[in-house]
Amino acid sequence: MTDKAPAHEDAHAAHHAHSHGHEASHGSLKSYTTGFILSVILTAIPFWLVMGDVFDNKAVTGALVMIFGVIQIVVHMIYFLHMNTKSEGGWTAMALIFTIVIVVIALSGSLWVMHHLNANMMVMSPEMMKNMP
Amino acid sequence: MSASKTETAENPQFYLEEDHHPENSTNLGFWLYLMSDCLIFAILFATYAVVGRNYAAGPSPADLFDLPLVALNTAMLLFSSITYGFAMLQMERGAKAETLFWLGVTGVFGLAFLGIELYEFSHLLHEGAGPQRSAFLSAFFTLVGTHGLHVTFGIIWLVTLMVQVSKHGLIPENRRRLMCLSMFWHFLDVIWIGVFSVVYLMGVLG
Amino acid sequence: MFSNPDILKFIFGRLSFESLPFHEPILIVTFAAVCLGGIGVVGLMTYFKLWGPFWRDWVCSVDHKKIGIMYIVLAIIMLFRGFADAIMMRVQQAIAFNGNEGYLNSHHYDQIFTAHGVIMIFFVAMPFVTGFMNYIVPLQIGARDVSFPFLNNFSFWMTTAGAIIIMISLFIGEFARTGWLAYPPLSGADYSPGVGVDYYIWGLQVAGVGTTLSGINLIATIVKMRAPGMSFMKMPIFTWTALCTNILIVASFPILTATLVLLSLDRYVGTNFFTNDLGGNPMMYVNLIWIWGHPEVYILILPVFGIFSEIVATFSGKRLFGYASMVYATCVIMILSYLVWLHHFFTMGSGASVNAFFGITTMIISIPTGAKMFNWLFTMYRGRIRYDVPMLWTVGFMVTFAIGGMTGVMLAVPPADFVLHNSLFLIAHFHNVIIGGVLFGLLAGVNYWFPKAFGFKLNQFWGKVSFWFWFVGFYFAFMPLYVLGLMGVTRRVSQFEDPSLQIWFIIAACGAGMIAIGIASFIIQIGVSVWKRDELRDETGDPWHGRTLEWSTSSPPPDYNFAFTPVVHDHDSWYDMKNRGYARPLQGFKPIHMPKNTGTGAILSGISVALAFGLIWYMWWLAALSFIAIIVVSIVHTFNYNRDYYIPADDVVAEENKRTELLARQV
Repeated sequence: MTDKAPAHEDAHAAHHAHSHGHEASHGSLKSYTTGFILSVILTAIPFWLVMGDVFDNKAVTGALVMIFGVIQIVVHMIYFLHMNTKSEGGWTAMALIFTIVIVVIALSGSLWVMHHLNANMMVMSPEMMKNMP
Repeated sequence: MSASKTETAENPQFYLEEDHHPENSTNLGFWLYLMSDCLIFAILFATYAVVGRNYAAGPSPADLFDLPLVALNTAMLLFSSITYGFAMLQMERGAKAETLFWLGVTGVFGLAFLGIELYEFSHLLHEGAGPQRSAFLSAFFTLVGTHGLHVTFGIIWLVTLMVQVSKHGLIPENRRRLMCLSMFWHFLDVIWIGVFSVVYLMGVLG
Repeated sequence: MFSNPDILKFIFGRLSFESLPFHEPILIVTFAAVCLGGIGVVGLMTYFKLWGPFWRDWVCSVDHKKIGIMYIVLAIIMLFRGFADAIMMRVQQAIAFNGNEGYLNSHHYDQIFTAHGVIMIFFVAMPFVTGFMNYIVPLQIGARDVSFPFLNNFSFWMTTAGAIIIMISLFIGEFARTGWLAYPPLSGADYSPGVGVDYYIWGLQVAGVGTTLSGINLIATIVKMRAPGMSFMKMPIFTWTALCTNILIVASFPILTATLVLLSLDRYVGTNFFTNDLGGNPMMYVNLIWIWGHPEVYILILPVFGIFSEIVATFSGKRLFGYASMVYATCVIMILSYLVWLHHFFTMGSGASVNAFFGITTMIISIPTGAKMFNWLFTMYRGRIRYDVPMLWTVGFMVTFAIGGMTGVMLAVPPADFVLHNSLFLIAHFHNVIIGGVLFGLLAGVNYWFPKAFGFKLNQFWGKVSFWFWFVGFYFAFMPLYVLGLMGVTRRVSQFEDPSLQIWFIIAACGAGMIAIGIASFIIQIGVSVWKRDELRDETGDPWHGRTLEWSTSSPPPDYNFAFTPVVHDHDSWYDMKNRGYARPLQGFKPIHMPKNTGTGAILSGISVALAFGLIWYMWWLAALSFIAIIVVSIVHTFNYNRDYYIPADDVVAEENKRTELLARQV
C-alpha cells in the first residue's frame, strides 16, 4: 500500500489504489481541492453575514453562523480528516460519535445547569451581569 | 450445548502455527488522543459559553474584535490545511523533496497564523483588555490561547518531522508520523471553525 | 546588581527555611522514619548490587506484566500513607470533645482529610485498577504486550511522579486544606495563598497525563490486539469492563485536566473564571469537576465488577450467568455515568426541574448495577462453590455493596439529599461503596491473580484473618457514621461540642483499628507466603481451575506471554480448550518479535517532578529549564527508530521445555 504510484496516474485512480489497505485512506488531489473550496465558501458566508450586516435580526444571523460552522466541521471531517465508517473497523467513527455525545452532554448540560444556578442563586438580569464589577 | 460444539468442530484449532501480527494501532491510538483533546476544548467552549458574557463593566467582543484580521487568520489556517494535504499526496507518491517543500509551506502558514494571533493578543493587552480584566476575557484568552499553543506544538512537531524525513526518507515509521500530524493539523482546523464561529462572529453579533 | 534577598528569591522562589515543618512533631517523626527506611532500602540495594537490575529490568521495562506489578506496588505503598491519614482523623475525632482540642490543630487536620481523599482515589484506587488492567488484559486477550509498550512505561512513571509530588508536600511546605476536590473560591489565590493547592493541582495534572495515556493505550490494545476468533462477545468479562473503564478514562480525564488548568490560571495568572468578582463563577468549577467526578467513580468500580465476575464464575465452577446482560449493563452504566453529575450538588440551588432530572437518572443507574448483583447470585446458585479467599471477599462485597448502593439511592432523592448532604451519612455511603466495592474487589483480585504473577499462592490463613478484620472493621468504622450523619453531624470537622456523640466516634475509631489489623494481616500474608513459597508453589499455571486465557500460560508467564497466539472459540476460552482436548504445542517455536526497554519514560517523569516543583514554589528558572528539557528529551526519543528485537527461537524453546518438564511432574 505504500508503493509508489506512477506520477501520471490520475488522482482518482490513485485514491482508489490506496484506499483498499487497512490504513486510513489518504484522500486525493480532487478530494482535498473540493474540501478546500467548500470550506472557503463556508467560511466566507458567515463572515459576510456578520460583517455586512445582511440581516436585521441577530438571531437569524447567529443561527446561520452556527449552521455554517457545523456544516464546515462536517466538510473538514470528510475531506481533510478522511472520516468514514470503515476506517479502523469503524472504531474511529464510533469514537467520534461517542465523543460528540459526551461533548453535547457536557456543553448543553453545563449551560442548562448553570443557567438555573445563576437564575436561582444570583438574582439579576443578564444586563446586570454584563456590568457587574 | 457442548455436544453441539463437538459436532461443529471435530478437531478445533486452538493456536496459530504461524506468526500473528496484529494490525498497527497507531492511527486508532492517535485518533483516541484527538478525541480526548477535543474534550479539553469542549470544556473551554463550555466555560466560554457560561461566563463569556460576564464583561464586568469592561469591553465586550464588539468593542475588541477586528473581524478582517480574524478572516485573514482563518485564511492562513485554511491554506495551511490544503498545503498539508498536498504534502500528504506527495508522500503517497514517495516524493521526498516535494513532501518536504509542502511541509515547509504548511509551517510558514502556521507561523503566519501564530504571528497574527500574537499581534491580536498584544493589541488587546495594550488596550488594557488582558485576561485579568473580566471573566469574558479570561475565557477568550484561554480558549484561543490553548488553540494557539496546539498550533505551536504542531509546528515544533512539523519541524522535527521534516528533519526526520530528510534524514531517513519516507520510511513507514515516518509516513505513520506524517499521517498522525496530518490528523492533528486538520483537527486544529476543526477547532478553529468553532472558535471563529462561536467566539468571534457570535461575539461581534452580541 | 542584585541584592542578596533578590538572588535568593530568584533561586528559591517562595521556598524558605520556614517552609519546612519543624513546628509539627508528628511530621518530624514521620520524616525521620521515612529517612531511616529509605537509607535502609538504599543500603540493602547497594549491598546486594540491585541497582543495575532494578534500572534495567524494572524502571526501563516496557513489559506490561512488570508495569502492572509496579502499579500495584505503588498503590499499596500509597495505601499506607492514605490509611495513616485515616486513622489519624479517626483518633482525633474520637478524643476532641468537651473542649479537648485533640492532638491535631485544624491547619494540620484540614491537610490530612484532603490528602486522605486525594491519595486514596488518585494514588491507591486508580493505580491499583490500572495495574490489574495492565497485567491481566493482554493475557486475557492472548496478546504479547499492549499496543504502545513505551507509552505504558511512560504512563506508569507519570502516575508515580504525581504520587511523588503529593508526598513531597508532606515534608516541604503544606498540602491543600480544601477537601479533595478543591472547590473555589476557597482554593483560589485569595483564600489559599500557600503552596498547598498548587501541590494538589500539579500532582493531579502530572498523574492525569499518565492516566489518560494509559487509557488510550488499553483501548487500542483491546480493540486491535485480540487473539483470532475473539469477537467482542467472546471477550472475557474483565476485559469488557476494562474496555468500558478506559473509554471512561479517555472521555473524562481531559475534563479534569481542563478544569484544573482553569483553576491554576486563576491562581497563577489572575484570570477570573472562578473568582467572586469580575464576572467569575465558582459554581462553574463545581459543575465541571463533577462532570469528570462522576464517571471517575465508575472508572473505579467497573473493573472491580469485572474482577468479581471472573472470581464468581471460577469459584462456582460455572459459566457466568447472563454474560450478555453483564456486558450490556456495563455499557449502559458507562453512558449513564455522564448523566448524573449534578447529584453531587443538589443543594447548590439549581431548582426543582434540574434536580428532578438528575435524581431520576441517578436512580436509573442503580438498575444495571442491580442486574449485575443478580447475575453473580445466579452464577453461585447451584454452583460448586469453593470458599477460597478471593470468594470470601466476593461474598463480603455483595453484602456490603448492596447496603452502600441502597444508601446511595437514598441520597439520590433530592429532598433527602437536602438533609443528608455534606453530613457523615454521605461519608459513610461512599466509603461503603468504595471500601466495600472497590477495595474488597482489589484485594480479591490480589488473592486471585497473585499465583499467576509470582508462581505461588498466597497463604490462606492470613488471607482469611485479613478478610475478617477488614470486613468486621469496616462495619464498626462506618455504621456509626450513618448514625451520626442522620443526627446531622457534618463532615470535615475536627472538634465537637456535644459529648453524646463521642461514643459513636470511639466505636468508629475501634473499627479503623480493626482495619489496621486487617492491613497488617495482608502484609503478614504476603510475607508468610514469600517465606513458605515452596509449599505454596503452583507449577500448573492454573491453580484455581480458571476459565480465561491468562491461566493457560505458565506462572509467572514468560516475557512473550504466549509462544503461539491462541485461537478463541468461546468467552471462557481456557475452559473450552481444556474441555475439548487442547494439546500444548511442543515444537515449531519461532523467534518472537518484542519491544525494547527504554529509560525515556522514567527520565521524562523525573523532569516532570522538577517542573511541578518549580511551578509550585515559583522557581521560574527551574520550571522553564524542565519544560525545555521535557520537549528536548521527547524529540530526541523520536529519533530512535530502533525499538524492537527478536527473542531467539532457542530461548523460546528453552523456556517452553522448562514448562513441559514442570507440567510432566504434575501428572
